[in-house]
Amino acid sequence: MITKVFMPKLSDAMETGKVIKWLKKEGDAVKGGDLLVEVETDKANVEIEAFGAGILRKIVVGEGGTVPVGEMIGVIADPTEDISSMAAAKPATSAPAAGAPAPAAKPAPASAAAPAAASGPLPAMESYQSVPATTAVVPLAPAAAAAPAPAFAASAPVGGRVKASPLARKIAGQTGVDLRLIQGTGPGGRIIRRDVEAAQATPRPAAVPAGAPRPTAVPAQPQFVIPPRPEAEFEDVAMSPMRAAIAKRMPMSKAPVPHFYVTSEVAMDEAWALREQLNSLDGQPKISVTDMVIKAVSLALIKNPGINAQLNGQVIRVYHRAHIGIAVALDQGLITPVLRDCDAKPLARIAVESRDLADRARGGKLRAQEMSGATFSISNLGMYDVEEFSAIINPPEGAILAVGSVLQKPVAEDGELRVGRRMKMTISCDHRVMDGAMGARFLQDVKRLLEEPLRLLV
Amino acid sequence: MAVMTYREALNLALREEMRRDPRVFVMGEEVGLYDGAYKVTQGLLKEFGDKRIIDTPICESGFTGVGVGSAMLGLRPVVEMMTFNFSILALDQIVNSAAKMCYMSGGQYNIPLVIRGPGGPASQLAAQHSQSMETYFYHVPGLKVVRPSTPADAKGLLKSAIRDDNPVIFIEAETLYAVKGEVPEDPDFLIPLGKAVIRREGTDVTVVAYMGMMYRALEVAEELARDGISVEIVDPRTLRPMDTETIIGSVRKTHRAVVLEAGAGFAGMGSEIAAQITETAFDDLDAPVLRVTGENAPMPYAKNLELLKTPSKAKIAAAIRQVCSA
Amino acid sequence: MAQTKTAVAQTRLDAELARRLLTQMALIRRFEEKAAEMYALGKIGGFLHLYIGQEAVAVGATSTVRLDDYAVSSYREHGHCLAKGSDPRRIMAELFGRIDGLSKGKGGSMHLFDKSVNFLGGHGIVGAHLPLAAGAAFAIKYQGGDQVVLCYFGDGAVPEGEFHESMNLAALWKLPVIFICENNRYAMGTAIHRALAQTDIWRFAETYGIPGEAVDGMDVLAVRDVVARAVERARRDKTPALIEARTYRFRGHSMRDPAGSVYRTKEEVEREKLRDPIALFSDRCLKEGVLTEADIRNIEKAVNDLADEAVAFAEASPEPPPGELFTDVYKD
Repeated sequence: MITKVFMPKLSDAMETGKVIKWLKKEGDAVKGGDLLVEVETDKANVEIEAFGAGILRKIVVGEGGTVPVGEMIGVIADPTEDISSMAAAKPATSAPAAGAPAPAAKPAPASAAAPAAASGPLPAMESYQSVPATTAVVPLAPAAAAAPAPAFAASAPVGGRVKASPLARKIAGQTGVDLRLIQGTGPGGRIIRRDVEAAQATPRPAAVPAGAPRPTAVPAQPQFVIPPRPEAEFEDVAMSPMRAAIAKRMPMSKAPVPHFYVTSEVAMDEAWALREQLNSLDGQPKISVTDMVIKAVSLALIKNPGINAQLNGQVIRVYHRAHIGIAVALDQGLITPVLRDCDAKPLARIAVESRDLADRARGGKLRAQEMSGATFSISNLGMYDVEEFSAIINPPEGAILAVGSVLQKPVAEDGELRVGRRMKMTISCDHRVMDGAMGARFLQDVKRLLEEPLRLLV
Repeated sequence: MAVMTYREALNLALREEMRRDPRVFVMGEEVGLYDGAYKVTQGLLKEFGDKRIIDTPICESGFTGVGVGSAMLGLRPVVEMMTFNFSILALDQIVNSAAKMCYMSGGQYNIPLVIRGPGGPASQLAAQHSQSMETYFYHVPGLKVVRPSTPADAKGLLKSAIRDDNPVIFIEAETLYAVKGEVPEDPDFLIPLGKAVIRREGTDVTVVAYMGMMYRALEVAEELARDGISVEIVDPRTLRPMDTETIIGSVRKTHRAVVLEAGAGFAGMGSEIAAQITETAFDDLDAPVLRVTGENAPMPYAKNLELLKTPSKAKIAAAIRQVCSA
Repeated sequence: MAQTKTAVAQTRLDAELARRLLTQMALIRRFEEKAAEMYALGKIGGFLHLYIGQEAVAVGATSTVRLDDYAVSSYREHGHCLAKGSDPRRIMAELFGRIDGLSKGKGGSMHLFDKSVNFLGGHGIVGAHLPLAAGAAFAIKYQGGDQVVLCYFGDGAVPEGEFHESMNLAALWKLPVIFICENNRYAMGTAIHRALAQTDIWRFAETYGIPGEAVDGMDVLAVRDVVARAVERARRDKTPALIEARTYRFRGHSMRDPAGSVYRTKEEVEREKLRDPIALFSDRCLKEGVLTEADIRNIEKAVNDLADEAVAFAEASPEPPPGELFTDVYKD
């Protein structure tokens, strides 16, 4: 039986070993387990045992020879076996084989190796060494940064970074909204989803259409010097309690409630004419456009109960009465007293009661039950020449109608141009409770009632 | 300025601190007569004698508790864990005694204890000897946790840890003991705990990495530089308390972050860093923070599987490219 | 190592010693009763482990050591802390979770620490303080001192690995620590014969080659004798010792187990109460004429007043301010 003796790998990092001393001569008998040869590694001198029995027939690497790990250094075999095919004896060299030089046996402060112990049993843990994380000398301070020549452009847009949440960016990308034109209402002025949605609902003429290339530099303007302005640049005004209450309540609606908006333009000529006729009668209360809108809305709500509804926990509460909140502007803020059962009250009654409510609202004399319980609200800014606007839903209601001015406009009818009275109204709807089609149908019913105003009287 | 190995830097730190303060002593398995399982304490028994270099029997919980008790009386023990895998046996003394004593006693008894030793993956040491143990400790209020990556770190941070009046978990790495580096010779050279360092400046992405992963990141950064990606590498050095200011400052500059860790990634260091970056610097991020971590499996013995377990350079490079393409 | 079961004390009993020992035991008893009362009123929360019945061990042992010696105990440590010299008002405030407690209310019943009398705690994990005691003894030796450490623990800690690790280290390194096992026969609800293969706990000393003795833990003078010998030996030779004090707790493991009657019979408890250490000692003092009935009444009144004062002090102390949540996590 032939047993080859190899230079053993005694640690993970060991690459070569040196034969120090053969403990048996060629021709000696060897039993398995006999100490055969003393080898020097990067750590220590180690005595190697024989793994087979027989005669040490050939010493292939003599004392002083350094060979790579795994190379054969001797042959043990039976006396008569043919070993001529085994490698011939290598001349003893003290020059290292290709690879790392044989490390020093003494410890040196700057060397990486631990000192070799005196020849003896292999120190168990100490000889174990994995591949170090780096062979370079680690500098104390980092190397100076190389001048970066980025192949891909930095992403900062012209004019600096736009602070927008990933969701806002996604929606803006899908809907073609230019983030740079939006004022963000999130933390630190971050543009968030609701800002992008609000921008979609009330389109402004964009300074730069979506998708257009970024503008080039503005052409140079002539020098303009602002004259000195001694007055304070701004002043802080304390919030009235009412303003504070509004400020607290509005985000309760606007943030969690997903608003959508539907706008409709009503031809108010008939309604205007009817109003003038009614108001010329003796002994009748004066009717306003708002009163007519209230009545129209109330009838439309009964016909479209899905709009006369609000989210109540896990269910939608649908009302079968129209209690209308009528927004009244005050110096210190906004209040929305409630006019109940408008669907059941005639137009004259609504006119009287709404005026009374508004007067008492301005005088601070509303009763508790008049402050809540609305199923729908109406806000009219028509007296301020507002063409249209969209309002924020009063929580916990499901919708609110914003009414603009009745304006005289050029209108096309039957191919002819004439002047007509037009009024825009915008409904804001809670999308959790109602959908666009529902809102549109409702608005259509309101429009029809106003355009055929006699229906408000029957 | 001297050049020495990480191991020698630790040895020198211990020597200097023991010469400076007679209350400092070293205790652990094989630290004295055997010169240390990894030779970190080589020669200390000879210089300081067996009153201050104490070989212990194998009873991690017992001798760690002895360390804590002696610290209550004002000594400053440096307890060696042969590897931090064995510290699990002493977890009760570390977490319930050392970490909480100052708090439970209302400030009467603080514990100026250092527990040091190697941790993390080495080479085919298999499941029980390859764990990244910092995850057990940085979670615990009352402990400080340090992972020094370079020889200079090892010296400066160990000295600071010994001088700190609180329990410090000081986890070295077997794969770093032979690494050579520049180390100042001044015996008062200290690196403060809780201070990160920028290992490599860059502009396109912040890579947070420590220990072996830091070296790997440096190599990856060199390769990516040829493709025009400029990588900045931040090494926290102390995991608790962590220098989030330096990390966040870097992210505000580069707008992208990748965190590397060798240990299994679930609920690892990367999650904490990613959460802090996202919470604090959301508006400065152009991409989500990515983590490149060890796989969620025990360390296998087979060499090829072991290579798969810890993040490879290819994986690190892929993550960096991914955040840069966002 | 010799075993001594000392039934008859050898200490000379004089009036001054009698008064001191009886006052301390009575104070512990009254304090613990008060604490139980306060717990039932909701003033003390969490876990409360009473020392009632075991007073002779803490008082007898502590009477042999100096102020600069150390003591450490488990979570049933009110008695040891009082015996070491802590202010009962500050202990009660700590139990109430108030700012004037020993640890500003942040430790609670199981974590009483008092550096001013070298009381090293108050520890909640069974057996975990034994290595701490060995460590303190290590530090004493390292610093060249002659103090000793008294380490109290129950029969429940003996199966814990840390008992063995601590005994081994103390014996191997010759540390001046006296391990005092208060064997009250039940670890929570587990009787010792169900937990220990070797129920003669003092015999573990033989395994580690250190002196070991058992003693009647209801006899304060006997405890005092045995511990005094061990302390003297530790001071002189740095030899540790294991002392098994055989005692009994008259109440349950904690307030969650007030009577401790699921695992013990009522008859057994009543029988053991006949050997109440305070009654035994006061009877003896009367019999030997070192104290009169009036002395004993005065002592009872005095400790009652102290206990009431402790409660009043605790009640008056405010809760720790919110900022205290974050102090002492680290020492700056």
